[in-house]
Amino acid sequence: MTALVLLEVENGEVRQASRSALTAATRFGDVDAIVFGEGASAAAALPGIKRVLSVPGLATDLAEPAADLLASIAKDYSHIVASASASGKNILPRLAGLLDVQPIPDVVEIKDAETFVRPIYAGNALATVRSSDAIKILTVRGSSFDPAPKDGGSAPVETLDAPVSEKSVFVKVELSASDRPELEAARVVISGGKGMKDAANFKLLEPIADKLNAAIGASRSAVDSGFAPNEMQVGQTGKIVAPELYIAVGLSGAIQHLAGMKDSRVIVAINTDPEAPIFRVADYGIVGDLFEVLPALEKAL
Amino acid sequence: MKILVPVKRVVDYNVKVRVAADGSGVETQGLKMSLNPFDEIAVEEAIRLREKGVATEVVVVTIGVQAAQDILRTSMAMGADRAILVKTDDTLEPRAVANALKAIVEREQPGLVCMGKQAIDDDMNATGQILAAKLGWPQGTFASAVSVADGRIEVSREIDGGTEVVSLALPAVVTADLRLNEPRYASLPNIMKARKKPLETLEAADLGVDLASRLTVVSVAEPAERKEGIKLGSAAELVEKLKTEAKVI
Repeated sequence: MTALVLLEVENGEVRQASRSALTAATRFGDVDAIVFGEGASAAAALPGIKRVLSVPGLATDLAEPAADLLASIAKDYSHIVASASASGKNILPRLAGLLDVQPIPDVVEIKDAETFVRPIYAGNALATVRSSDAIKILTVRGSSFDPAPKDGGSAPVETLDAPVSEKSVFVKVELSASDRPELEAARVVISGGKGMKDAANFKLLEPIADKLNAAIGASRSAVDSGFAPNEMQVGQTGKIVAPELYIAVGLSGAIQHLAGMKDSRVIVAINTDPEAPIFRVADYGIVGDLFEVLPALEKAL
Repeated sequence: MKILVPVKRVVDYNVKVRVAADGSGVETQGLKMSLNPFDEIAVEEAIRLREKGVATEVVVVTIGVQAAQDILRTSMAMGADRAILVKTDDTLEPRAVANALKAIVEREQPGLVCMGKQAIDDDMNATGQILAAKLGWPQGTFASAVSVADGRIEVSREIDGGTEVVSLALPAVVTADLRLNEPRYASLPNIMKARKKPLETLEAADLGVDLASRLTVVSVAEPAERKEGIKLGSAAELVEKLKTEAKVI
């Protein structure tokens, strides 16, 4: 059996979540990788890849040509795997539609070549499902599989032509400028909730994030209230993180938020309400006003 | 232009579900059911496009049990013009739902399908993409803004590092993300009016499409519970614990 893994390359490096997807794909046998856009050489350096298919003419996020291309080569593979990123979730279900396959999103555990575990109901239940499709199409959670190392391999690269996209056209992309680590890759994440009270107060998280080299996240209600941009959202409908340390500030811990962070190794909660559900999953809690606790925390670090 | 809005009836987002004791699934009996929140956003966006004069009619459709007509009435109370219930007692996977929706699209000939990006029960985030593929239509997933002009729709999409904008030729499928809009509340007069709006019922089996499942649920389990930790008195104490006990900083 050979699996095909879709790798996303950003700033010349394969994204950590994609390296986790590679780890998952190696469970099925030989692995070919495919890279849309530039970056095939970074992919070729990862260990455990038989060959890299490079499609320099395609921007990753245009799902229509990407899915068309994947569909044209799919018959060579038993499994097609991507990380459960915005891009993976855009392209792979479309590919599944083209191939008349039922995709398996957000896999957190591989039982065998056709049996997978995935969370449902915001992670309040874990479903083990067996697929009867000839080609399995799955996205995997980066937080559930160790990322493959960045080097040690030297796979040959083959270049493929990009299909033409007439119905969809890329217009522009606006990326938030940040020197901080990516949310899904950070060792430490500090997140603010509605208790932050306004967007300006989110700045209070920054000096602590600086000291801990942490990514900054937000709850859905903080995003809803306009305190933080959506790409910072952690939870059922945002990003799924499992850092070594997660610090939840002014955040009640709605089930939708817990879905995105409860697999963190150590959880710290700072909240005025001692009954807040976040304390039920926190290893360490401080009941107190975040506007007093945060400056004290910054000083103590 | 007609807009078709597929919607789903799900366990209300405020309700915490329990796994059935025999591990066969999740207990949903007697729980409060609601219109899937992302679908509510999609209904709102379709109504706004009609109010702007971009669309002429908003049709909502659901594939589900007889009781799912309540979410169709909710959608019509918000402002949708009419509704279709495709009745089935089976739990359908996104692939099967997309097959049923494709049949409805072929019947209704909408210029746009606008739907939620994911249902909060199975968290699949797949039906819109599968439907778009099966129709051969372009897709604008995870939309945070849309604008229609000259036979195209421009969609701002939520991506991992920010926002991406794509331009799609209509007809197209758009899936709604959280920030697309804030859905309106239905007023009492509109709730009354919605009772008189047309609701057509079809049998899913009569569509003549493949509704089979490709996934077998082997088991459903509770996730591992975390142990409740300890409360500390100060930030200094916290830093001490993180350094010496958890050894994480």
